[in-house]
Amino acid sequence: MSDRLDDLGRDEALRLYRQMVLIRLFEERAAQEYAYQKIGGFLHLYIGEEAVAVGAISTIRQDDLVVSHYRDHGHALAKGSDPKKVMAELFGKVTGLCKGKGGSMHLFDVEHGFLGGYAIVAGGMPIAAGHALASQYLGQGRVVLDFFGDGAANEGEFHETLNVAGLWKLPIVFILENNLYAMGTRVDRASANPELWERAQAYNMPGQRVDGMDVLAVRRAVGEAVRRARAGEGPSLVEALTYRFRGHSMADPARYRERAEVESWSGRDPITLFSAALQEAEMLDDAGSQRIHDEVAAQVEEAVRFADESPFPPPEALYQDVYAEG
Amino acid sequence: MPEMTYREALSLALREELRRRDCFFLMGEDIGAYGGSYAVTKGFLEEFGERRVKDTPISESAIVGLAIGAAMLGACPMIELMTINFSLLAMDQIVNHAAKIHYMSGGQVAVPLVLRMPTGGGFQLGAQHSQNLEGWFAHVPGLKVVTPSTPYDAKGLLKAAINDGNPVIFVEHSLLYGMRGEVPEEEYVVPLGQAAIRREGTDLTLIAYSRMAHVALEAADKLAARGISAEVVDLRSLRPLDVDALVRSVQKTNRALVVEEAPKSGGFGGEVVATISDQAFDFLDAPVGWVGGADVPMPYTRPLEALAIPDADKVVAGVQRMMPGRFR
Repeated sequence: MSDRLDDLGRDEALRLYRQMVLIRLFEERAAQEYAYQKIGGFLHLYIGEEAVAVGAISTIRQDDLVVSHYRDHGHALAKGSDPKKVMAELFGKVTGLCKGKGGSMHLFDVEHGFLGGYAIVAGGMPIAAGHALASQYLGQGRVVLDFFGDGAANEGEFHETLNVAGLWKLPIVFILENNLYAMGTRVDRASANPELWERAQAYNMPGQRVDGMDVLAVRRAVGEAVRRARAGEGPSLVEALTYRFRGHSMADPARYRERAEVESWSGRDPITLFSAALQEAEMLDDAGSQRIHDEVAAQVEEAVRFADESPFPPPEALYQDVYAEG
Repeated sequence: MPEMTYREALSLALREELRRRDCFFLMGEDIGAYGGSYAVTKGFLEEFGERRVKDTPISESAIVGLAIGAAMLGACPMIELMTINFSLLAMDQIVNHAAKIHYMSGGQVAVPLVLRMPTGGGFQLGAQHSQNLEGWFAHVPGLKVVTPSTPYDAKGLLKAAINDGNPVIFVEHSLLYGMRGEVPEEEYVVPLGQAAIRREGTDLTLIAYSRMAHVALEAADKLAARGISAEVVDLRSLRPLDVDALVRSVQKTNRALVVEEAPKSGGFGGEVVATISDQAFDFLDAPVGWVGGADVPMPYTRPLEALAIPDADKVVAGVQRMMPGRFR
């Protein structure tokens, strides 16, 4: 892995590392606050999958767009959302990204090009393609990264969207986060062909599978797909094989997974792997790593404090934002 | 004032917008090379080209989702769905997404999008092509629903819908496309959420929308011959509903009968009945009447289909049940 760090540069490499640590610590802290009932509803943690969001989003410009699903904290943070506003949204506070009306599953941050946060499996896919269509129609040159899971690949909206994206050569990259389980159903129990990346062929676009625990592998694959999209050569499908270290949501003890499987994947923690590569390339030492962890931990604590001290929305907010003012 | 058909009025509104604004474009099944299944977009491909008039695959969910995504970013897409029955394939995008995004995002992003689709039965198209599902959409906060019944309203409401800034379900009626009426040459809009009094009366109010507004007018003629003066209110918008217009009319007539083409159970007519009972109870001299479609999947054969859809005679019979002593 470390031999692939050369073209990245130390500053950028450490920026990615810091982002992965931020997502990890943010999610761990969110889990605690969920236990304290500061966060309600569903809470789907991205722990274990950090390399996918960080590697992929590191390849796009600020004005490019990201669309995600209900496990969306990591994508928003990687796109630049303020952890304070993300945490406040989880707390349901008026200072949250969506003034407390979206919640964990519906983050939106227009300022940073993060356009949702959709909690219907595959529901965000045609909308993401619509962003790409707008970019193409208006000549904006923007590229869209659309994240979704292995479960989404069996929805009709997946197939409808890839077909039209391939047909119209839309500037979009479909990033399939295959964490092997659609809730509790393993991918080979739900897909006639579990080689999901091969579905790209049916829609006349390149498809490939990459190691989703390797941030540099994700970055390389998505980077090439983004280049293609920006050049007008059309969409791509990148399947990142990854693993969520926690259950589907906080409500899920994940009894459907074998302990040996969990342990085997835990041994491939994307942050540990990247840290080792950085150390081998002499870009990071133990003291430096500790410093990053401490700084990020303080940042997350500040986010929790901000969320906790912020007010809930006032009653009159209930009927606001149902319709846009003409 | 020039006369034109409902179809031509829609077509004119779209042409004007396409000429006016480059951000405005159309998407739908067979709207381009074929010219539109009800010929509203005939000749558009030749005039505006493939960039502005996009034939899509038969993928209703993707079509609507694409339009939502484009609308969120400042493009101005308009969708034609071939019939309201096919909107069910896009229900996830319309209800779970278009209607919710503005609210879920805390007002950060809007979905200014018009979805045109014909509703209704009466053409022997059978159970899967003859439904009136507009009431379903009217149930959803975040959507607006309009149902023009005349060429004038078709053009004026479409202009208002295009400029509304929200997802608008624009419900045409498949049997009204050939109907003729006056349409002004100058620019005008018909604001969303405003009902129209189609005929003044004093004895009772008939409330309808879309093609049933014409059935109500025909019934009003027949009632006049029987000595009953019926006022006809055309809702024009189901959401927002013009509650004030309903209340004002009932204050005057003290009786109301709702006419709807859809099956009654769980339908929009019940919403109107309930609204009048809730808002104007003290002015009512009788329970609110209600004539609706039969509670059956639409049959194909002509005599049964005719039984299933309200007509003027059924409306007159409904009124007779409400006020038997008044009939001449």
